[in-house]
Amino acid sequence: MEWETVIGLEIHVQLATKSKIFSGASTAFGAAANTQACAIDLAMPGTLPVANEEAFRFAVMFGLAMNSEIGKRSVFERKNYFYPDLPKGYQTTQLEEPIVGPGVTNIELADGSQRAVRLHHAHLEEDAGKSLHEDYQGMSGIDLNRAGTPLIEIVSEPDMRSAEEAVAYLKKIHSIITYLGISDGEMSQGSMRCDANVSVRLKGEEKLGNRCEIKNINSFKFVEKAIKVEAERQIEIIEDGGKIAQETRLYDADKNETRSMRSKEVANDYRYFPCPDLLPVILDDDYIETIRRTLPELPDAKLNRFVSEYDLSSYDAAVLTTDRVTADFFETAAKVSNEPKLAANWVMVDLAGYLNKSDTKLGECPFTAEQLAGLIVRIKDGTISGKIAKQVFEGMCNGEGDADSIIEARGLKQVSDTGALEKLVNDVIANNPAQVQNYVSADDSKRPKMLGFFVGQIMKASKGQANPQAVNEILLKKLNEQ
Amino acid sequence: MAVNKNDIEKLAELSRIDISDEAAANVAQSISEVLGLVDQLQAVDTTGVRPMAHPLDAVQRLRRDEVTECDQREQLQAMAPATEDGLYLVPRVIE
Repeated sequence: MEWETVIGLEIHVQLATKSKIFSGASTAFGAAANTQACAIDLAMPGTLPVANEEAFRFAVMFGLAMNSEIGKRSVFERKNYFYPDLPKGYQTTQLEEPIVGPGVTNIELADGSQRAVRLHHAHLEEDAGKSLHEDYQGMSGIDLNRAGTPLIEIVSEPDMRSAEEAVAYLKKIHSIITYLGISDGEMSQGSMRCDANVSVRLKGEEKLGNRCEIKNINSFKFVEKAIKVEAERQIEIIEDGGKIAQETRLYDADKNETRSMRSKEVANDYRYFPCPDLLPVILDDDYIETIRRTLPELPDAKLNRFVSEYDLSSYDAAVLTTDRVTADFFETAAKVSNEPKLAANWVMVDLAGYLNKSDTKLGECPFTAEQLAGLIVRIKDGTISGKIAKQVFEGMCNGEGDADSIIEARGLKQVSDTGALEKLVNDVIANNPAQVQNYVSADDSKRPKMLGFFVGQIMKASKGQANPQAVNEILLKKLNEQ
Repeated sequence: MAVNKNDIEKLAELSRIDISDEAAANVAQSISEVLGLVDQLQAVDTTGVRPMAHPLDAVQRLRRDEVTECDQREQLQAMAPATEDGLYLVPRVIE
C-alpha cells in the first residue's frame, strides 16, 4: 500500500507596522513586559478600536503578490474564547468577508518540478498576548505587549503532498512577505508561525482522510519533522485497523513526536459575530492600483529573470531568490565580476557554507558583494587557482580585507612564469627517477593517470601556487624528452 | 428555538461565568423567550439581502500608522489585583 500525505498550512505573519492594528501602542520587539500595552489593548471599559491603515496596505500588497482578488469590502468579526492573554475575551478577526480572497502561488521543488499551491484566503486579525507559566506566586504571568499586533493569517488549500512541499510553500510565503517588506519573517521571534493540517490517504484515493492540526510550529525544520512524524503516526494507526480522531496536536521537538492537546475544556465554540465596534472597511480600485504600482520585483519574476539573464538553472535561481538580500548580493557579484555562474556557485556553496557554519546573517557578512566579485575576477584572470581562492575566501571571512590585499599579504599569487615553473618541473623529475622510468616505459593509455603523481609533487613544491595548466604543458614536454 | 439549562451551563463555562442551578434555569427561560422573537424575524424572506455587518450605514475610517500611546504600565497596573516583574498575574493556566 502506498500512502499519500495531504497538507494544508495556516501561516500567521506579524505585519511590520509601527503601531498596533487597533491602537496607537508600539509593536517594537523586546520591550519590557506590558510597557507597550495601552488601555485599548487591555480591553479597558470605554475604549474603542480604530483600524490601522498600514495593516490594510500590507495585506493588499500580499494579496496582489498572490494574484488574489482583494476584498474591497472587509468586515471584522469577534471570535469568542476565554484565555487570559486575550483580555477582551474575543479576538478581532475576519471570517465571512476577508481582505484577501482566493489566489495561487507556485513552488519550486528540488527535482526542478513545480507545483501550484492555492490560497484559500488571507485575513487580518490581532495577535494575543503571551502567557508565562513559570511560577509567579503560584499564578501565571501575562505580558500583553504582543496583544493587538497586526497579523495576516494565510490559509492554503490542502494542496501539498509531502513535508518537503509544505516547507517549500512556507519558504515561498516567507520570501514573498520579506520581499514585500511587510514582515521581518523572523520565525525565531514569532513573526511567522505555522499550523499544519495533516491527513493521510491511499494513493489514488479522492476522499480526504480525517485531519489533525499541529499548532504553532516555529521553524522550517520543525515543520518538516512534525509533518513527517505525524503522517507516520496516522499511517500506523490506520494500518493497525484504527481510525484517526480529528484533533489539535502539539509538536514536541525534543522527543520528535506530536501529542494531543487533550484538555478537559468543552470543545471550542467561537460564536463568531460581526464586531459592532468596527465598521466595514471599503477600499476602492484607485487605492488598490496605487499599491500595485509600488510592488517590488517578486521572487517568481526575479527567478525567471535570473534564468534568462544569467543562464542559471531554475533550481539555482530559486535558491538565490529565496530572500531578497541573497538575490541582491548574487546579482551585484555577478554584474561586477561579469561571471554569473561562478558568482552563483560562490554564493550558494562557499558563502552559504560560511554563513551557516558561523551562524552569521548575510547582512552581517564581513565582506561585500563587490569584494566577492573581486575574488572571482582573480580566479578568472589566472592570478590564483580555484584551490588558492578557497584560502583567500577564508581570509575574507576572517575580515582580512579584499581578495587583492589577501593575495598580496599572504603571497598567494599563482606562478605562471615559465622559467620558475621549469625549474620546479626539472627538480621533481630529477628527484623521482624511478617514477620517471615507469612513466617512460608505460603505455600511452596509462600515462595520464601517472602524470597526476608529478603534478601533485610540483603543486606541493609550489605550495599550491603553480598555475596547473602551465605545469601540465611543461611537464608533458619534459617527460616526452626523457 | 428554545434553549435548555444544559445549553446555558455550556455557555457559562465558555465564558467562565459561575452560575447556580436556579439561575441557569431562569436564564434558559429568558433566553428562550428572546429566541422566540428571533424565530419570528427568521420567518421573513431575506433572499438577496446581504447580511448586515453594522447597523450604521457608514464605513470605517482608518488611522495613520503612528505610535501615539506612551508607557502607562504603572497607572494601569495600579488597578490590577496582582502583578510581578511587570506582568499581570492570573490564576494558573495549565496547558
